[in-house]
Amino acid sequence: MIEMHDIWKTYPDGTSALQGVSVVIDRNEFVYVVGPSGAGKSTFMKLIYREEVPTKGQLSVNGFNIGKLKQRKIPYVRRNIGVVFQDFRLLPKLSVFENVAFAMEVIESPKRLIRKRTMEVLDLVGLKHKAASLPAQLSGGEQQRVAIARAIVNNPSVIVADEPTGNLDPETSWGIMKLLEEINFRGTTIVMATHNKEIVNSLRKRVIAIERGMIVRDEQRGEYGYEA
Amino acid sequence: MKLNTLLRHVREGAKNVFRNGWMSFASMGSIVVSLFVLGVFMLLALNVNKLADQFDSQVQISVFLQTGTNQSKIEEVERLIGRVPEVKKVTFISKEEGLNRLRESLDEDARSALDGYEKEDNPLPDAYDVELFDPQQVAYVAKQIKAINETDASKPILGVKYGQGTVEKLFRITNAVRNIGLVIVAGLAVMAMFLISTTIKMTILARRREIGIMKLVGATNNFIRWPFFIEGVLIGAGGSAITTALLLYGYSKLIKTAQYDLGLMLIQLAELKEVGWMVGGTLLILGTLLGIWGSVVSVRKYLKV
Repeated sequence: MIEMHDIWKTYPDGTSALQGVSVVIDRNEFVYVVGPSGAGKSTFMKLIYREEVPTKGQLSVNGFNIGKLKQRKIPYVRRNIGVVFQDFRLLPKLSVFENVAFAMEVIESPKRLIRKRTMEVLDLVGLKHKAASLPAQLSGGEQQRVAIARAIVNNPSVIVADEPTGNLDPETSWGIMKLLEEINFRGTTIVMATHNKEIVNSLRKRVIAIERGMIVRDEQRGEYGYEA
Repeated sequence: MKLNTLLRHVREGAKNVFRNGWMSFASMGSIVVSLFVLGVFMLLALNVNKLADQFDSQVQISVFLQTGTNQSKIEEVERLIGRVPEVKKVTFISKEEGLNRLRESLDEDARSALDGYEKEDNPLPDAYDVELFDPQQVAYVAKQIKAINETDASKPILGVKYGQGTVEKLFRITNAVRNIGLVIVAGLAVMAMFLISTTIKMTILARRREIGIMKLVGATNNFIRWPFFIEGVLIGAGGSAITTALLLYGYSKLIKTAQYDLGLMLIQLAELKEVGWMVGGTLLILGTLLGIWGSVVSVRKYLKV
C-alpha cells in the first residue's frame, strides 16, 4: 500500500527533513505518526499525498512510484488519497453539501451520483441535517467532520490526517476518532500524525515515532511515548 | 471533456464573476474605459477617413485654356497633360458644357441670369478636368501642368485651379488625426491588457485556497484552469458589450444632434449602420481577446498547477 525505502528529503534551503526512512504500511492499517515538532512528521505525510517529492529513495503509494510520477498523473494518484488537516480547509463561501460535492465534481462524477454519494457520507459523519449550512455556522468538530466527509467521498484507499484533532477540545476529538475508526473499519487505511497523548494511549494502534528525520520507534499497539 | 463538465466550468466562471463582485466590476470598468476611448478614436478615424475620401474624390484640377485656342492646340495640350505620370484621366470640358454645368449648379430662380450668354457670347473658357491617381499630389501635378506653357510659345493655358492651400492643409490635418489616433489606441490597448492581467492575478491570489483544495482532491490542471478562462471571457465580452452599447447609443445621438440641431450638413458623419458593425464587432472581439489573454497570462504565471 505505502512503501518507503531509504527516503531522504532535503528542502531547497538545506533543511534535512527526512534521513533514510524505510517503512511499509499495509492495506487497512491504522497508524499514528508521532514525534516532536519539526521532526519530519509533516514531510512524511506530504510525501504520501505527493505535496513533496523525495530527494532520494523509493516511494510507492497504491502501486504508483511517487518519485517518478509524471506531473499530469498526480491528480489521479490524489483521487485515491483523502487528506484531512488541522485547520479543516473548507471553502467558506460554499455550503456543507457543496464542500463535499466539490471533491466529486472535480473528478467529473455524474451529477446524480454526486447527490446520492454526498448525502451518504454526510449521513455517515452525522451532518446530513446541516447540508445547507455554511462552514462558519458549524462548530470546529462539525467542520472537521465535513472535511472528513470530503476526504472519503471518493472512496480513497488511504486517508492522510495531519493532526486532525489539533484544534478541537478533548470531547470533540473523541468524536472525530470514533469516526476515523469507523472509516478504518470499513476498509480504508489511515495514517494520522498527532500530538494527542490521550488518544494514542487509549485507542491503541500502530505507532511510528519520527525524530530528527528518522524513524526511532515502530510498534504495534504502541504508546505515545512523549510528555504531552 | 464532458458536456456536463463544460457547463460546470461556465457556471463556475459566471458565479466567480459575481462572487468577486468588486474585482470583476473593476476589471470590467477598466475594459469599458479603455475600449470606450478606443471606440471613440475608431469612430473619429472612420469619420476622418470618410471625410478624406470625400475630399479625395472631389479633388481634381481644372485647367482653363485661353479663349480662341484652336482645335489642334486643344488636342495637343490634352495629350501633354495626359503624359504626366500622376494623371489618371483628362476630360475636355467645352465652354458650352461648362455653361451647362454652371446652370445646373444654380437654383432655378438664378438660372435665368445666364440667359443670353449662349453661343458666341459664352464668356467661359474651354477647360479640362484632370483626375489624379493620388489626390495628395495635386500641388505637384498642377505645377507640372503649368509648366506646359513654358515650352509652348502661344501660352495656351490660362490658369490652373485646384483649391490651392486648402486641400493641402486638409490632408495634413486628416493625416495627423489618423496617426495620433493610432498611437493613442495602441497605448490604451496595452494599458487595458495590463489592467486585466492584474485583475485576474488578484482574483487568482484571492482564490489560492480554493485552488489548493482542488489540487488536493485530485483536480486536473485543465479542470482548474477552465473556470478562470471562462471568467476572463465573460469579463472581457461583458465589458466590451457595455462599451459597444454606450458608444453606439452616444454616437446615434451625436448624429441626430449634428444633423438637426447644429445643422452640420456639410460634414456628413458616417451612418450608424455603416460603422456600427465594424466598431461593435472590433470592440467585442478585442474585449474578449483581452479577457482571454489576461486570464491565460495570469493563470500560467500564478497558478503553477
